[in-house]
Amino acid sequence: MSALLSLGGVAAGPVGTALADTGRTSSAEAVLFWVIGPVMVLAALGLLFARRTVYAAMSVVVVMICLAVLYVAQEAPFLGVVQVVVYTGAVMMLFLFVLMLVGVDPSDSLTETIKGQRWISALLGIGLGVVLVSVVLNAGDFASRGLEAANTETNPVGVAQVIFGDFVFDLQVVGILLVTAALGALVLTHRERITRRIGQRERSEARILAGETLTPLPAPGVYARSNAMDVPALGPDGRPLDASVSRVLRVRGQERAVEEVHLDATAAGAARHLRDADEGLGGPEGVGSTPPQRSITGEEQVR
Amino acid sequence: MTLANYLVLASILFTIGATTVLVRRNAIIVFLGIELMLNSANLAFVTFARMHGDLTGQVVAFFVMVVAAAEVVVGLAIIVAIYRTRRSASVDDVNLLKS
Repeated sequence: MSALLSLGGVAAGPVGTALADTGRTSSAEAVLFWVIGPVMVLAALGLLFARRTVYAAMSVVVVMICLAVLYVAQEAPFLGVVQVVVYTGAVMMLFLFVLMLVGVDPSDSLTETIKGQRWISALLGIGLGVVLVSVVLNAGDFASRGLEAANTETNPVGVAQVIFGDFVFDLQVVGILLVTAALGALVLTHRERITRRIGQRERSEARILAGETLTPLPAPGVYARSNAMDVPALGPDGRPLDASVSRVLRVRGQERAVEEVHLDATAAGAARHLRDADEGLGGPEGVGSTPPQRSITGEEQVR
Repeated sequence: MTLANYLVLASILFTIGATTVLVRRNAIIVFLGIELMLNSANLAFVTFARMHGDLTGQVVAFFVMVVAAAEVVVGLAIIVAIYRTRRSASVDDVNLLKS
């Protein structure tokens, strides 16, 4: 951390004087800005357009790390460190944890529920951007003093003097806010048990009563060229067993067909033929292997 | 390059965040858009601090970070609670107030 702070101090030295004299930043900082800025904008656009939530979260992580770099370049090394620790380290990891809890959610579909919402939103967004940027560009006076004088005793000391001097009451209020938020999260995620606890015995009894498969589901197939989870095993009658592939893989459409890996062309052809026949005729349920069930209803067992 | 560049960058990021909030319907992505807006405001604060030679801007950005952390905790707890009851994280499915 001290290395980072001294880096900020070194960067602040010449930058501050140039800034105070001419109102322009050093060319090194300009290069940094023009490298970091486009990356940030692209990552932010990734948030806007990414189909998967995890990709969106990771692009926001990129934006936040780049922001930390810009903070250090802007003579705010303390905020740069706080940005990495608090935002990238804590907040974004919290987001990823919640993503893990919520799971892969197909709810973010492309169908619009409000007609024309996307176009109106795009128009409003562009309008807002034009207004903000034009206001900034027309503001005129960007005479800058730089933070050299304020950062004489290193940036964290200066920030601490302001926080514990002018803002000490606000600091305490924010502390109360944090405690309240922690309590609020506890209360919101707390679940009162209103039914009897369902343990292993109850589950097994319910399973037997429902007449479901009692044995473990079949293991995925082992072939000469594949020993992976995404290929179904063949049943005794030569049909591929759909239940032998994990439900998650089937939902994502990542399972492979038997004929892709089976060396024995006749056996693979037979498996495909049988499966096609099953799909075409809707063969008898529960006879032989599991009938192919391509539509995932969500009612299936999670393996 | 003047400090106006940083302000323009902050404006662009704010715009993208606001558009995300308007367009996307996954509650978590909407939340990320709000985070992006808060961060761009922080960038503007830090730039203003440098412009005026006063550390108060940085302190305000610090407070924004703290409040954002608290907000994230509560907001994500709400999302998890809604997901538990509705099995969905889409903001369109939350119509509990509709009689």
